[in-house]
Amino acid sequence: MKTKIRNGILNLLSLGVLVYFLWWAPGNLDGYKLRIINLIAINAILGLSLNLIYGMTGMFSLGHAGFMAIGAYVSALLILTPEQKVTMWILDPIAPWLLNFHTPFIVSLVLAGLAASFLGWLIALPVLRLGGDYLGIATLGFAEIIRILIVNLTPLTNGSLGLKGIPAHTDLWMSYGCLLVVLLFMIRLMKSNFGNVLRAVRDDEIAAKTMGIDTFQTRVLAFVIGCFGGGVGGALMGNLITTIDPKMFMITQTYSLLMVVVVGGLGSITGSVIGSILVTTLLEWLRFVENPVTIGSFHIPGIPGMRMVIFSVLLIVIIIFRREGIMGTREFSWDWFFPTGAPGEKSETKGVGQ
Amino acid sequence: MSLNMFVQHFINALGLGALYGLIAIGYTMVYGILRLINFAHGDIFMLGAYFVFFATIQFKLPWGIGVAIAIAGATLCGLLVDRIAYRPLRSAPRISALISAIGVSFFLENLSVVVFTGMPRAVVQPPWLMHPILIKSPSFGEIRLIPLGLMVPVISFLIVGGLLWIVHRTKPGLAMRSISYDIETTRLMGVSVDRIIALTFALGSALAALAGIMWALRYPRVEPFMGIFPGFKAFIAAVFGGIGSIPGAMIGGLALGFVEIMSIAFFPRLSGYKDAFAFVLLIVILLVKPTGLMGERLEEKI
Repeated sequence: MKTKIRNGILNLLSLGVLVYFLWWAPGNLDGYKLRIINLIAINAILGLSLNLIYGMTGMFSLGHAGFMAIGAYVSALLILTPEQKVTMWILDPIAPWLLNFHTPFIVSLVLAGLAASFLGWLIALPVLRLGGDYLGIATLGFAEIIRILIVNLTPLTNGSLGLKGIPAHTDLWMSYGCLLVVLLFMIRLMKSNFGNVLRAVRDDEIAAKTMGIDTFQTRVLAFVIGCFGGGVGGALMGNLITTIDPKMFMITQTYSLLMVVVVGGLGSITGSVIGSILVTTLLEWLRFVENPVTIGSFHIPGIPGMRMVIFSVLLIVIIIFRREGIMGTREFSWDWFFPTGAPGEKSETKGVGQ
Repeated sequence: MSLNMFVQHFINALGLGALYGLIAIGYTMVYGILRLINFAHGDIFMLGAYFVFFATIQFKLPWGIGVAIAIAGATLCGLLVDRIAYRPLRSAPRISALISAIGVSFFLENLSVVVFTGMPRAVVQPPWLMHPILIKSPSFGEIRLIPLGLMVPVISFLIVGGLLWIVHRTKPGLAMRSISYDIETTRLMGVSVDRIIALTFALGSALAALAGIMWALRYPRVEPFMGIFPGFKAFIAAVFGGIGSIPGAMIGGLALGFVEIMSIAFFPRLSGYKDAFAFVLLIVILLVKPTGLMGERLEEKI
């Protein structure tokens, strides 16, 4: 009981620190830094949703970029004004019914998630019957089909030109607010019986079946929830960058999310958040190797592509030497800082720090 | 569609399908033995094309030597990939090796951007391969053929024949089939499993390089990301034909080549969706017959 109160106080305190930081940051940090901080939250949401599918339920899905694309496009199409739409569609006129469709940002965010879930559900029915790596290649193919559809359905999506001038609704409050909701949801979910069912399906499908679990339904449900996260993350991303085009949602996007999940630890909520912080900042920091540097009279030309070379080497090294990532399947707990607690006594809550 | 146009498309599809088939063989052999989708295979294909580009155009070597260098170079790369990225993960869960494969693929693509620059480069086609032959016939008019269009399928079919001979008539081939059946028992029989797996990677990479060279002649340019789509499609061809089966891979490749070329020939409006056909085909085949045309059923062991 005592630890429960202690953890509650600590959770509130860390929430307070986060709120203070979000209030302090916009006035004191430049736009580039703010963007990275926003991206950390969005990548954490995306990483968590991929982790639910892959790390916690054991479905190797490579389709997240596709669900992000659906989310980003649905949200953008719903919040762009009719005037913007008319001037933007130059290849083909926009579909008339879409022209005057307009919703507030929050509604578009939810609809983006729902659209991604719905398509996720459609694809889940056939492909989730497949095991392991076939599932990976099928979901990858599905994401690619979505991208090709976006390129070709010009009356709906403006094709390869993409959408520009999306209102920048994603600010720190929005992205961290969403992250907090997703975190709380995931913590509750993994503590619930459904969380146990997911782990059972992941660890031994046949044993889970003999326990009377409908493994297929379980996997479909987890997949659809994960797709919702993918759609919301994509929508937030579109509203942060304000421009989207089909090239943004190539397989590379899925790879960097995979990196977030693998670095942090498959099956760990804390891990995905840590992974997102590390991978997002690393990817930004590595930009320096691609930029020319002048030190005194020395001029070092930038090496285009080097960033991704380092990134992929890291992925290989991690998977060979530390497969479980930083956290493994462990979770953050305040008990780490209070080693005097009685042995075996586990805390009930987790930190909500970023 | 007139008959002579159809024959043109037919030959075109045969060439494209044979190339998919050649790449698919590498996938199917590795998957048959290790149950691993070698994502880096499409990038070995790309390296083959780059090596021949550099040998013949930058260093002005004759084509024969250039092709030999390209195949040797790509084979070496395939062996290194296996040694560095896959072998340490033999006893790890299969998904780990798959992530490693994705990492390697990503690495080779971006390393190529760094080393060769991301700019596409034009390949100069040797004139004797491009010299058109006209076949005139009173019944169906005029057909233009280039030697390259005939060379690609012929070489591919000869190679498949040779490969089938290796797999079914030689000792290392016997070891390969044995490993794909039961890796642990094969090890107990005194077979050097790692060597045979390396041989499999070498053969697959050599075929991918050969396909890359012929691809660069057909579509005369090379760029670092040229291997991604042919790679995915060839894997789909391998699944379609039945994973683990070499003739199946060739048949799957040809089927995919025909689907792509013919659907655009008959429905030109679909050309924007060309790259999606293969993936739709994949989802359909996995639903209808997951073992593919010639595949054996893989039983889940309890």
